[in-house]
Amino acid sequence: MEVPILKQGDFLIATIQAALTDADLLHLRTALLQQVVRRRSRGVIVDVTSLDVMDSFASRTLREIAQMIHLRGAEMVIVGIQPEVAFAMVQLGLKLEHVATALDLEEGLAHLKQKSESTL
Amino acid sequence: MARIETEPSSTQVAEEYSGSVEHVKPASFLLRELVAHLRDNRTQLREEWARRITEAKLLTAMTKDEIFAEATSVYDNYVEALETGTFEALQAYARNLSERIIPRGVETREVVGIVLLLRDVLARSLFAKYQADFTKLNRILDAYEPAANRIANTVAVGFVQERERIIREQQEAILELSTPVLQVRERLLILPIIGVIDPQRARQLTEQLLRGIRMNRAKVVVIDITGVAAMDATVANHLVQTVEASRLLGATVIVTGLSPEIAQTIVNIGVDLGKMNTVGDLQGGIEQAEHLLGYKVVPFAEAS
Amino acid sequence: MENEIQVPINSDQDIVTARQKGRLLAAELGFSSGDATLIATAISELARNIVTYAKSGRITLTVINGSARQGVQVVAQDQGPGIGDIQQALRDGFSTSGSLGLGLPGVMRIVDEFEIVSEKDRGTTVKAQKWKR
Repeated sequence: MEVPILKQGDFLIATIQAALTDADLLHLRTALLQQVVRRRSRGVIVDVTSLDVMDSFASRTLREIAQMIHLRGAEMVIVGIQPEVAFAMVQLGLKLEHVATALDLEEGLAHLKQKSESTL
Repeated sequence: MARIETEPSSTQVAEEYSGSVEHVKPASFLLRELVAHLRDNRTQLREEWARRITEAKLLTAMTKDEIFAEATSVYDNYVEALETGTFEALQAYARNLSERIIPRGVETREVVGIVLLLRDVLARSLFAKYQADFTKLNRILDAYEPAANRIANTVAVGFVQERERIIREQQEAILELSTPVLQVRERLLILPIIGVIDPQRARQLTEQLLRGIRMNRAKVVVIDITGVAAMDATVANHLVQTVEASRLLGATVIVTGLSPEIAQTIVNIGVDLGKMNTVGDLQGGIEQAEHLLGYKVVPFAEAS
Repeated sequence: MENEIQVPINSDQDIVTARQKGRLLAAELGFSSGDATLIATAISELARNIVTYAKSGRITLTVINGSARQGVQVVAQDQGPGIGDIQQALRDGFSTSGSLGLGLPGVMRIVDEFEIVSEKDRGTTVKAQKWKR
């Protein structure tokens, strides 16, 4: 299932659904990078509110996406990690190091705005 | 799932045939006879049982009608368990019954008591019926006793398990109340931890805090462990995990009141304390939190 | 509620199927939402190992009954290349393909009981159990 990517001003918002397969994630990685380049976005929000399980592959791929996006000069923030998913992640040892996280869409946008303002 | 042994072994049959009594029947036959007897005499055996329950002053929390209604259900489930040799329906009924009567104050000894009384009432009726044929009575009891004991066990254990589940739930609720997550300012939560933390409580605190972060949309959390005397490696690990999980929800954690001993424990489990946000005391922690949130603390004189 | 659920694992889609069924089973048994997530996550990791290293295998979910509680058992089986050095695999940070490796230490942390049998070229069977609290 393709992950929808919406444009909001300078930013892109990708909303992930629950039944996310590995193929979906890899597809998202390609699509996001393409979109960031095409639209010269300054920031990306990946909304995982609906994601019920974050395993090692998802965590690793999201980190890779963040790195790639950063190389294009844009910021990425992951929002909406559910309390139980966060708990399972830390128990599994998945820390999403060096990836910004925020509570929800509102916070994520605030974070991106703050970041882009500080680099102006 | 164990089933009642209903087929006799070949040695058993041989032994039975070596006696010259004509009424040699395999155990399954006897069981069917037993069940038929219990069904035929259902009305009077049930009444006898209900009477003995009242006599023994059990189930005083329930009315006579309620006792009779439950007695009917238990009786029917009992006979069915004897007949089928499977106990799932009985287990389910026992749990259901326990759920209903525990809030009414019915105790374990009462539940065990009534089931044993039923066993007695049925056993006596068997004595009465087969008293003329001692050998047959023995064989009927051979079929009846293990099944009846298994049933008593199933019901009693079902009741106790339900009680234990309720007690656990109540304990968790008490633990939750005793360590509230406090919202003192917008976007700022304080979690003061006092006393002994075992891994179970630590896990519960983490879950509570994460839920609280989400509900209150907190950006900063101050976890104060001034009141915690000691922490073993497992719990220290939990603390570190709590900090990491909170970050995943977009919140920064400040740990205050870290004693030198606990600091050492954390370092020993391989965590770089330098990466953790720590402040000496709660007041200092709150001030730093406010700073992080962009609050400017203005002295009272200036404010007025 | 079935007592045993078998999920063939041949693709990344099956990983999702297995963990969704695991979560459903845990929910039906009355596991807390947090524990159901842990179970689903463990299943996801174990199923992923099958797909990555053995290409195909099977996950079996069973309801288990203890003396005073119920739980879920997850068995992940494959006939893949097997793990040569199990001790190494069970140490944190083990990695062959530059990835997080098998993630087994993580799974061990979130389940109550864990057993692994693996033989080179013969395949791997992982058995994990989690009890309802």
